[in-house]
Amino acid sequence: MGRRRAAGAADLMDAVGTVLRLIWELGVYLVLVLPDLLPIILFLATPLALGALCGVLNERSGVVNIGIEGIMLMAAFFAYLTGFALHNTIGSGPSLALGIVVAVFVGALLGLVHAWLTVSVRADQIIAGTMMNIAAFGVTGYLNRLVITPSGLGGAGVIVPFHLPDSIASLPFLGPVLVMFFDQGPIAMSVLFIVIALQLALFRTKWGLRTRAVGEHPKAADTVGIDVYRQRYQNVIFGCALAGLAGAFLTLESTGSFQNGMTNGRGFIALAAMIFGRWTPIGAFGGALLFGTATALGVVVNVRVPEGDLGTVLKSIPTYWYAALPYLMTIVILAGVVGRSTPPAADGVPYVKEGKG
Amino acid sequence: MSRLRSVARQTWQVASIPLLAILLAFVVAAVVIVVSSVFTRTGFEPLLPLAAYASLLAGAFGSGTGIVNTLVAAAPLIFGGLAVGLGFKAGLFNIGVAGQFLVGAFAAAVVGARLADTPAALAVPGAMVAGALGGAAFGFIPGFLKARTGAHEVVTTIMLNNAAVLLLTWAVNDLVRAPGFSFPRTGDIGNSALPVLFGRSLHLGIPLAVLTVFAVRWLLERTTVGFEIRTVGQNPNAARYAGMGPIFITTLTMTLSGLLAGVAGVIQMLGVIGFYAPGITASVGFDSIAVALLGRSNPIGILFAAILFGAFRAGAPLMQIETSVPIEIIDIIQALVILFLAADLIVRRVFRVRGAKPIIPELATVTQTWAGGAPPAQPT
Repeated sequence: MGRRRAAGAADLMDAVGTVLRLIWELGVYLVLVLPDLLPIILFLATPLALGALCGVLNERSGVVNIGIEGIMLMAAFFAYLTGFALHNTIGSGPSLALGIVVAVFVGALLGLVHAWLTVSVRADQIIAGTMMNIAAFGVTGYLNRLVITPSGLGGAGVIVPFHLPDSIASLPFLGPVLVMFFDQGPIAMSVLFIVIALQLALFRTKWGLRTRAVGEHPKAADTVGIDVYRQRYQNVIFGCALAGLAGAFLTLESTGSFQNGMTNGRGFIALAAMIFGRWTPIGAFGGALLFGTATALGVVVNVRVPEGDLGTVLKSIPTYWYAALPYLMTIVILAGVVGRSTPPAADGVPYVKEGKG
Repeated sequence: MSRLRSVARQTWQVASIPLLAILLAFVVAAVVIVVSSVFTRTGFEPLLPLAAYASLLAGAFGSGTGIVNTLVAAAPLIFGGLAVGLGFKAGLFNIGVAGQFLVGAFAAAVVGARLADTPAALAVPGAMVAGALGGAAFGFIPGFLKARTGAHEVVTTIMLNNAAVLLLTWAVNDLVRAPGFSFPRTGDIGNSALPVLFGRSLHLGIPLAVLTVFAVRWLLERTTVGFEIRTVGQNPNAARYAGMGPIFITTLTMTLSGLLAGVAGVIQMLGVIGFYAPGITASVGFDSIAVALLGRSNPIGILFAAILFGAFRAGAPLMQIETSVPIEIIDIIQALVILFLAADLIVRRVFRVRGAKPIIPELATVTQTWAGGAPPAQPT
């Protein structure tokens, strides 16, 4: 009896040892493939980061927006529609540029709707967001069937990344980094600047202070003369314009086509990235990178198979599990992080001006 | 006579906003149809909405088959609507009906295929229980996480929806694929199919759905658990002070909600589809939210709202064939209905309604627990 238990314990130790070794090897593997992985991660993280920034701007001013998914989808569709309708007449470049402008405009417009519903009408913010998601699904599906499918015309084209001249690309050390950077499309590149700019704006400017004041204690903000409604309108509209940019990325920079419901929950993963990043732009970007990594793992495992046991294990995991990984990870991270991070105090609470009951 | 009038007034108080919201949604959707007709080959057609709505109505109620189709489409929506509505009562927003529906349908399909040759009296309940348990388990996860960690169910249930689609596709491909078919699917359900009661397709799930409406009503209004669910939904803090254990109630409600959504999948699987294959779409998810809101999360209201949306789903294909108006117009109408319910101020202004009740008061709890179960701010 005793001997068997000892043998069992030894087996257990062995198993634990194997698992630990595999985790260690996975870490080493990830570091080794990082140069290959990084562009993919940035690419996959772009829409998540923009969506998460939209969430940060909304919630920092006290407005909950779960309609990011729908806003992305709607902007993605109209960006595609613009490129699709115009690329034969005004050429690919201008039509794609116009597509991005349209996407941002659509995002801002839907932001205006959300702001009106949540700030002025004081409708329930979660239901308003739900409405946005269903409406986006319906409107894009409707127009897709009505306009794009019967036309039988080709796609809208994809934004081609800018290629650096060889003299710069061949620079030691700096060259590969710059090439990697410019290999990203313009939207993916711009995300890095937007993140830094927003971080500075939110914590170093008067506008940022007002935003946070309105989200933490609107009554106090009102007392010192900040227009709560105006500030919230601004933030929601600007944030949703960023979600619109994420939509443009999905159709014009990433895939070059539109499918019904193609956002696939990205708007909600973005919200998880926002919570993970504790409602700061840089943190939200970090969260987006994390979820991007989870998605990229499934891609890179098939391209660069690691050697030894680790390779056998990683290869034996079905592709569907890799595809589900970001969603499962979102749940785990939310469950682990949420209790320890504090949302803006007035998040989700409509503000009623004194005497306006 | 005066009693009759007071009943009428009460009904109007409860039903006026939903009914007017539907009316307004159809008016706005008509504008959408007319404006978008400009971009089609046939060009501007001002009367197209009337034609479309006429064929929608004809498809849903114009024939015996139409009415049966409406009821068949309504049955899963009744279960789904009850699932979302029960969640609302406890201040929870279950957007995960789509995933729980799929898990329920999958479990029923797998167990149903296993029991295909056993007598129906054994096979049908066996497959149903399996599906119900599957849905309940899938509802338990977000419920428990919300209760214990504060992870908001709006995000976790959506993530579970996406994960369910992928993992069930994997399961059908690699675990339970039935031999002898050219595409991945589960085996025939044989005797596990729900008995057909009337015509060609009116199956047992429909009376079952109606019975469940009254069962849920009984649970909410006549039992201690129901009272606790409603208390947690109206004021979680008060419930905690009263010693009700919101952790238990939250987990239980979400599990029950998942169970109801799972049964929606079960009856669709055993009564209509017959086998699980990847790509089964579940418009039931969004529809159930609209149904619960429209029914003000009241079981009887949900019954009527589900029949209405069942009629939309049953009539839409005929509308698309006869008038080329895409069936997605139903999703647009649905979003508009929710818009006018959420912003009932619009409805009140347009129709000058007074004294109507707010749609679902517990919704405030859903929003207040966003982002980590922060204590609900007291409205000042």
